[in-house]
Amino acid sequence: MTDAAPSHAPTMTKLPLAERLRPWLPVLLVPVLIVVGYLIIPSQSSWLTLTVSGLAMGMMIFVIASGMTLVFGLMDVINFGHGAFISFGAFVGTTVLLALGQMTGAPSLLLNLLAIAGAVLAAMIVTGGMGWAFERAIVRPVYGSHLKQILVTMGGLIVAEQLIYVIWGGHEIVIARPETLKGAITFAGAALEKYRLVAVGVGLIVFLALRLVLRRTKLGLIVRAGVENPEMVQALGYNITRVFVGVFIAGSALAGLGGVMWALYQEVITAHMGNEIMILVFIVVIIGGLGSVEGCFIGALTVGLVQNYAAFMEPKLALISNIALMVAILMWRPMGMVPVVKAK
Amino acid sequence: MMRILSGDSPKSAVLAVLLALILLALAFAPFLFPGSRSLETAARICIFIVLVASYDLLLGYGGIVSFAHTMFFGMGAYGVAIATARMGTGYPALATGALAGMVAAGLVALLIALLSLRVRAIFFAMITLAIASAVAVLVSQLSTFTGGEDGMNIRIPRELTPAFRLGEVMGTGINGKILNYYLVFFCCLALFLLMLRIVNSPFGRVLQAIRENAFRAEAIGYRVVLYRALATCLSAMIAALAGSLFAIWLRYVGPATTLGMEIMMDILLIVVIGGMGTMYGAVVGTAIFVLAQNYLKTLMGGMSEATSALPLIPDLLSPDRWLLWLGILFILSVYFFPTGIVGRLRGTR
Repeated sequence: MTDAAPSHAPTMTKLPLAERLRPWLPVLLVPVLIVVGYLIIPSQSSWLTLTVSGLAMGMMIFVIASGMTLVFGLMDVINFGHGAFISFGAFVGTTVLLALGQMTGAPSLLLNLLAIAGAVLAAMIVTGGMGWAFERAIVRPVYGSHLKQILVTMGGLIVAEQLIYVIWGGHEIVIARPETLKGAITFAGAALEKYRLVAVGVGLIVFLALRLVLRRTKLGLIVRAGVENPEMVQALGYNITRVFVGVFIAGSALAGLGGVMWALYQEVITAHMGNEIMILVFIVVIIGGLGSVEGCFIGALTVGLVQNYAAFMEPKLALISNIALMVAILMWRPMGMVPVVKAK
Repeated sequence: MMRILSGDSPKSAVLAVLLALILLALAFAPFLFPGSRSLETAARICIFIVLVASYDLLLGYGGIVSFAHTMFFGMGAYGVAIATARMGTGYPALATGALAGMVAAGLVALLIALLSLRVRAIFFAMITLAIASAVAVLVSQLSTFTGGEDGMNIRIPRELTPAFRLGEVMGTGINGKILNYYLVFFCCLALFLLMLRIVNSPFGRVLQAIRENAFRAEAIGYRVVLYRALATCLSAMIAALAGSLFAIWLRYVGPATTLGMEIMMDILLIVVIGGMGTMYGAVVGTAIFVLAQNYLKTLMGGMSEATSALPLIPDLLSPDRWLLWLGILFILSVYFFPTGIVGRLRGTR
């Protein structure tokens, strides 16, 4: 024991700004995108309209995609049949809404919201139940083999889609929005559809609730730990399979909720609507980083905004723009924007 | 004989008989089953055998799931259509179109493979699904270039059309349509034997090793990404050639006949039910599938009418719902017969 500590104080050089920003880049992507949109879109009011509709679309995709990405993160299961839950949710929700015609037709916000809540509840119960059955019958036997998972869940998707044809018939169903959610409000010269604002609100609530559950509760802790290292969680005495089934059911129910939201957004539903949305969902989960809820949220908003801005600038580019976005992000971050760290 | 089959014998008497029957039936289809409808079916079977086998090269041997196979199929078909529209009718245009379609398919496949396979094989399935649907939308929108939803009619040389008559053999009039059929038949046969050669070559063995255990294959010293990317390119190029043949045969190309998701699903169902990783599964699967499509629907229609008094059951049995039953069969076969019909016949599980 001679000299205690070196006499000089260590100098903590601040990292350059670029270095400090790097971990935050994905989070900054959405605001940056909105600013870029502001700069390239000539009229301010159309920019505002597009931004709101982009956010609404992104929120709906997030609601649908969050369950799928968690299921993958937790159990390494890739569910190509997720689209079936969207379609079923939309059809069940629409059936309930059509049955509650008096409530949706009345010019009362409370009655309208009650009708929607009923539809959403029914859709979520049905798709949650379906998710349970799907997990039991279709996914359970093929844990651990991606190839078989893709094939089997695709088969499940085909069967589910055909069942929609059997139950509801092949034609598309038109569903009008409830009375008080029709039309738009004018804000700063821009027409903002009321329903889109509701969709943004619902999406935000789902995101915050998910985050709260994942970050603040014991269940969330187990789920997050399970994503990182399922064997260890199992070894600590938690039944990871049961947790997984729970997440699968919750994810399916969220897809059902997303289906109802999408049905009211498009105001028309078809049996293959789930497949069309799934394309966007896949893009979102890939660019977000498979398994990450935050990445999924950022990815969904990015996709929604890019699609709306691109559709405004050049209508034919809308879908291609998302592919280009995915390619660009995969070149930048091959594992997605918020890569999931697996303890191996 | 074994040399032609690249040493990959059927290894089952029943399978060998089945394959010989299919080969003979297809080879003499114009004489055995006269009529334009059955010739149409036979040509469709030939082309789908190649298309499905090229998918099997990727799925069964490479262990990679792609949903963009119809996109490559469509590239070949549109290549021929666009080349004849630009260069005028003639064999050079057909050859240029087929070649251009093949090269384009190979390049696109390489790009997708490098983008997705280097990260995770599972990305490939999702990325191909997204890209294929985007391309399908694009094709139906770029109507000045591709004819949009209406598609394009293709003018092929007169020798390949029914207007060209050659005389009679065994009571069947030989016309250009039959010449066209034999063009399709022999090209498909050659392509199929080529694929049999590929999967039984050292390259094919490495692919199988990667399918079984990618990590171990990499450890032995094979560049997994490279082999997988190469398999993707090969299968895309052969699919494009099949597409060119399809376009020449139909003399028409449109989004629904070449790019539709339904065709992709059909291919997937045929490969799995026929037998993944066997090549012969494509032959048996396609023959059974196309025949079933024609006859099972009639049967289901009959059953649906017979049960029309009961609730729900007639809807389940309606001929339009045959995909429902096929989907269930598909799921069951992934669980219980992962090697498909051919695997069962060979006695391996």
